[in-house]
Amino acid sequence: MSQSEILSQEFELGFTYTRSTGPVVGRFLTALRDRNIVGIKGSDGAVYVPPMEYDPNTAEELSEFVEVGQAGEVVSWCWVSEPRESHPHDTAFAWAMIKLDGADIPMVHSVRVEREADMKTGMRVKVQWADEPRGHITDIACFVVEGAESPLGAAGMNAKREMITGMEAPIYLKYHFTAGAATSRFLGKVRQGKLVGQRCPSCNNVYIPPRGSCAACGVATEEEVEVADKCTLESFTIVYIPIPNNPIQPPYIIANLIPDGANISFIHLLSECVNEEIHIGQRVQAVWKPEAEWTYAMDNIKYFKPIDEPDVPIEQIGKIPAAGVPAAGAPVTGREG
Amino acid sequence: MANLVAVVGIGQTKYQTRRTDVSIAGLVREAAVRALQDADLSWDDIEAVIIGKAPDMFEGVIMPEIYLTDALGCNGKPMLRVHTAGSVGGSTALVAASHVQSGTFNRVLTVTFEKQSESNAMWALSNPQPFSPHLNAGAGGYFAPIIREYMRRSGAPYDVGIKVATKDRLHGARNPLAHLQLPNITMKEVEESPMLWDPIRFLESCPSSDGACAMVICNETLAAQSPKRPAWIRGVAMRSEPTMYAGREEVNPQAGRDCVADVYQQAGITNPRQQLDCAEVYVPFSWYEPMWLENLGFAEEGKGWELTMAGATSLDEGGDIPWNCSGGVLSSNAIGASGMIRFAEAARQVRGDADQHQVEGATTALGHAYGGGAQFFAMWIVSSEKG
Repeated sequence: MSQSEILSQEFELGFTYTRSTGPVVGRFLTALRDRNIVGIKGSDGAVYVPPMEYDPNTAEELSEFVEVGQAGEVVSWCWVSEPRESHPHDTAFAWAMIKLDGADIPMVHSVRVEREADMKTGMRVKVQWADEPRGHITDIACFVVEGAESPLGAAGMNAKREMITGMEAPIYLKYHFTAGAATSRFLGKVRQGKLVGQRCPSCNNVYIPPRGSCAACGVATEEEVEVADKCTLESFTIVYIPIPNNPIQPPYIIANLIPDGANISFIHLLSECVNEEIHIGQRVQAVWKPEAEWTYAMDNIKYFKPIDEPDVPIEQIGKIPAAGVPAAGAPVTGREG
Repeated sequence: MANLVAVVGIGQTKYQTRRTDVSIAGLVREAAVRALQDADLSWDDIEAVIIGKAPDMFEGVIMPEIYLTDALGCNGKPMLRVHTAGSVGGSTALVAASHVQSGTFNRVLTVTFEKQSESNAMWALSNPQPFSPHLNAGAGGYFAPIIREYMRRSGAPYDVGIKVATKDRLHGARNPLAHLQLPNITMKEVEESPMLWDPIRFLESCPSSDGACAMVICNETLAAQSPKRPAWIRGVAMRSEPTMYAGREEVNPQAGRDCVADVYQQAGITNPRQQLDCAEVYVPFSWYEPMWLENLGFAEEGKGWELTMAGATSLDEGGDIPWNCSGGVLSSNAIGASGMIRFAEAARQVRGDADQHQVEGATTALGHAYGGGAQFFAMWIVSSEKG
């Protein structure tokens, strides 16, 4: 199979985290909101900014906060000529280690100057406060050259407001997901309205969707086997809670279905049924979307619905050939494909 | 041959829905400090730290062990992170124990945690997947069909899960650290709680907790100097198997059976119900008690539920083999810590240090954890006797 036939998709994974800061980080963020910067004194007398919760040498809890200056010295730096979307600035800037006046340990933040030639180790810089501080590290919009005009934000508001104890930290990760050969083959067939699995050369079991290998035998699977869209219910659950961002309304049935000709189940929706009458061993069949809507997705099958066939005896579940349930007395090996 | 080692310190936080007063570091620290205090030790006495937690998605702090080195006094010491999904608390304890059993270290601190309030943990592992219909309905959605199959096979009455859910919450009410405190819970109340993933009801499911658990494990010589009674580690075992393969036995997984056979053999257990005084077993959904009773050899296949219904696993009913006297995962579930809590609570029992949920005269106990799609297993046997 050529590379061009491998499916890929842009994919975003997002989580909305809320973080509790604890008293030390909370104090630092509270100070930032009030346009002050505090550090903390370690057992060796060194002042750490941002403050550490525990001493890096003795592991003891630290609590002696020290207000430090809002200007300091660049200890080291690197230039970002082409900022990325997640960077704090959209024009070129420097990441720098800045040792604030009164601190002993430098902190990382950004420095904005016009060009790389303006950056120098040992240069003096000062805080440029954000327009509307909210108790976050970005309350320091950036550092600028000391002596430069500061268009925004006077230092030290000293307002007496609530302590910051938490912060929101949403994370959205963007992936370029590559499906791989087995899934691409499978979805290519699903696009044609066919369910095609792969047979393990060692145990002869048919996997659907195929994964390109058999997890039991540890061998690659290549032989393709078309299975039926008629399935047997291996088990199921009736779900009474909504899946976030999913239009399916509860209660809905998620069923573990083994298609005729396959030896493992996948999950899909069950519908057009009386929930209370659904049972293990029941026969169901796929209800496909109109062909014009078919794409590379199992969503081509809207759901499965019960059909008028006798239940499969428990010991035969997962062993039905692709041709369907054999007549009474016929041997069932599950290997006919 | 592994050296004899023991648990000499145990520390836990109070498990609760939200610990908004501390950072993740503060939470982990609290359990670690309590374990050191319990062992009458200080940071300098610890040679290495073995930490574990469930997937990083739960808090969105990637590789949190890096940020937690200061809180756990790891400067200049080896630190190791373990991850085996929901069983991680158990496997972390075993990795810690093996570093002492091997003689690599004389005394280690092991810590596990989860701060689930930082995310919506129920869905953190059920996010949409590319090229797949989004039908992952949380952990309950995954385990419910397996429970249904157990019910069919065993022909167990419908209220076995209800009984377990009630029993473990009554146990939890004896344990001040337990998240859920439901001293007046009844089977009727559990039965009437909303169905979430049929056949799993709301009150048959574990809560979502913030919390941390820590232990100090040391060699035989150092254990002899310990101020409190050590819990000797008499057997350790881990097993895993793939999540999905054709013909996989999901109700009574082979990896669990192999794991327990190994740990029993090491500890000389041939009749667990008779030789063990109690067990702390990972039961996040109530029906997993009868299922694991069978998987762990306390009952023959299909008969686990009979022990439950007879009260054999209940401390309050004077059962002969109480399970989850601490309240279990059904009463507290800080996922990454949940397995270690089982291991630590088993150790508390044989140290005679379990207060109101103590099994009188307990000398030998099983700690158990499972994770993933019931595919990772971790177990240990602890005893008041060296054997």
